Amino acid sequence: MASAAHNTSEDGIVVLHCPPELAKIPLVNDNKSLAWITENVASICEEKTRRYWWIAFFFFSPIALLVPTLLAYQVGNGVGVWGENQPFGWAWDITNFVFWIGIGHAGTLISAILFLTRQKWRTSINRAAEAMTLFAVMCAGLYPGFHVGRFWKAWFLFPIPNWNAIWQNYRSPLLWDVFAVSTYFTVSVLFWYVGLIPDLATLRDRAKGTIKRVAYGIAALGWRGGNRHWQHYEMAYLILAGLSTPLVLSVHSIVSFDFATSVIPGWHTTIFPPYFVAGAIFGGFAMVLTLLLPARLFYPQLDKMMTRNHVDKMAKIILLTGSIVGYAYLMELFVALVYAGNFYEYNAFYNRATGWYAWHYYAMMTCNVIIPQFFWFKSIRHNYIWVFIICQFVNAGMWFERFVIIGTTLAQDFLPSSWGHYTPSWVEVLTFVGTFGMFITLFLLFMRFLPMITIFEVKAVTPQADPHHHPEGEHAPETLKEAH
Amino acid sequence: MPQIFQRGANLVPLKIALIIGAFATCAMGAVWMYFTPKYTKVGYQPAQPIPFSHKVHSGQLGIDCRYCHSFAETAAHSNLPSSQVCMSCHSQVQKDNPKLEPLRQAWASGKGVEWVQIHKTPDYAYFNHSVHINRGVSCVTCHGRVDQMDVVYQAKSLTMEFCVDCHRKPEMELRPLDKVTDLGWKAPTDSTELAALLGKKPEDLKLKAGAKLSPTNAQEIMGNHFKVQRGVHPPDSNCAGCHR
Repeated sequence: MASAAHNTSEDGIVVLHCPPELAKIPLVNDNKSLAWITENVASICEEKTRRYWWIAFFFFSPIALLVPTLLAYQVGNGVGVWGENQPFGWAWDITNFVFWIGIGHAGTLISAILFLTRQKWRTSINRAAEAMTLFAVMCAGLYPGFHVGRFWKAWFLFPIPNWNAIWQNYRSPLLWDVFAVSTYFTVSVLFWYVGLIPDLATLRDRAKGTIKRVAYGIAALGWRGGNRHWQHYEMAYLILAGLSTPLVLSVHSIVSFDFATSVIPGWHTTIFPPYFVAGAIFGGFAMVLTLLLPARLFYPQLDKMMTRNHVDKMAKIILLTGSIVGYAYLMELFVALVYAGNFYEYNAFYNRATGWYAWHYYAMMTCNVIIPQFFWFKSIRHNYIWVFIICQFVNAGMWFERFVIIGTTLAQDFLPSSWGHYTPSWVEVLTFVGTFGMFITLFLLFMRFLPMITIFEVKAVTPQADPHHHPEGEHAPETLKEAH
Repeated sequence: MPQIFQRGANLVPLKIALIIGAFATCAMGAVWMYFTPKYTKVGYQPAQPIPFSHKVHSGQLGIDCRYCHSFAETAAHSNLPSSQVCMSCHSQVQKDNPKLEPLRQAWASGKGVEWVQIHKTPDYAYFNHSVHINRGVSCVTCHGRVDQMDVVYQAKSLTMEFCVDCHRKPEMELRPLDKVTDLGWKAPTDSTELAALLGKKPEDLKLKAGAKLSPTNAQEIMGNHFKVQRGVHPPDSNCAGCHR
């Protein structure tokens, strides 16, 4: 492209060129063809399994096995094998629940809100981010289920007629949580699956072996790519995006009600819902990058579709939501220490900063408020290694945030006689490690068997899919012509 | 490339859905019917060391329940009779009956007859037997028509639902204190009789004299009267009332 602002062509027409800083950054680098996109995304599922994938799989899948093993141990021995006890009724389990459920929110934001707001850059990351959402919600769902102590009675959470003649307490936000999370999971699965159907059909049509053809064929539900199919597809996808959008905001608001509707100092604040939602998106985007940056190492062709531009935009969202979270932390402090005039509230925050778990508090502040500010620098946003490192701080910081909220408040509430310490047991620690193994193993399987980039949507955002597109040479796409 | 799926494959999802739907309905119905204590517990009739007949003792001979279950109205836990109580009659009556051999042995050794317990309250539920009797809840409410049983069996489900149903509507089970052990007794359905029982006139109960009431209605009117009179307010929504 010409860098000069104006050129006069031979026939006396003044051609106005965009200045380079205003030129659209392409969403697919190197002007790749539509066939190249199909070939390079589908080949991930079709080629011989790479050695790196096997190494990663054999590293993480044994870690994943810790989850069923230790949950069986917990069921066999009782919930006492976890370190929590009065007054520490909620500890690592609920911390981890909120941590995982929060991570899911980035996927839903990318797939639903960015879809409705026509953010075209979402197309190459939404499939993987949604898969991440599902796997994170699976990890999250384990915790409250097993936290009830008698897992086989967890069905009491649902309004099923029973011979105890007891009905669920609809005044409890813990019950709202059950409905919020199960709705979230159901809608996310549907949204993800509906979006997969056209690509599953592509894989079916390209598949070589009978097993693959039948398996992808069943999953593709007879998709032939007809006009009617696309019409129904677009409508279904739009409706599901509309359903998912409020869930981005509502699910974590309800999770925050678990705390905010209680009367415990440090929990009983109205700032919780927006602050939890911002934190969820913040932590979720960090996890998206944590998964996608290494995925680009496995499969270098992804670099053309998940470009520097995508990473840059996600880093900016992390910066924005991280700043909202930082504002919330400071506002909480201001309200508690200066404004509220409530001794217990004051004490709760004083203890956060100076009490038994103070180092968690400073870890949280450092990881969530200070370190993401490095994303103000373009050079850091464009350096994948720094982005990855900062995302790890955010991941850790968001875990610390949940522990600070739950732990410091329960450790030291109203009466010193009811204060108590908590140390996680080895079972809790290894279960948490196991959920990471489970999360990554599921993601590895997803990468291997399903197209991790939405093939048909990425094609639609290339210049050649634009009806006004003219191939190179006739007219340059970024060029405007004005007759004189 | 030949088609993998023939035209008929379009119907396969529908068929699968129908089969799963039918199966799920049957499974739900089966669980509803067979997995509840109404099915698994009611009718439990273990073999006892002596085939003691309540029908004979309570029904035909008319011995009051409290003659043998002597702590039923004074203790939290109702008792089974000691062998001395049995022997107070059976040292004279049927004293050579071979069926009573375990009783005579127990009496001689002083160890008691090892009856098999039928009606159990779980450890995690607090239950005070005397409180229920003294508020006018009849034996028949939980134990059924024991006076018609040859060998006792569990007549009611005794689930939490069973407890809570009555705790939420106790008037359906309250009766005059002297009728607690009269298992066949029912509230009088004649309004004059019912009012007289409560020491009132029919007009006080907003009834016409000599009017005929349905058994349920009669019980409800009588029970509401006793509920107020005796201050009956069982824990109905507080878990800690019974799960202390």
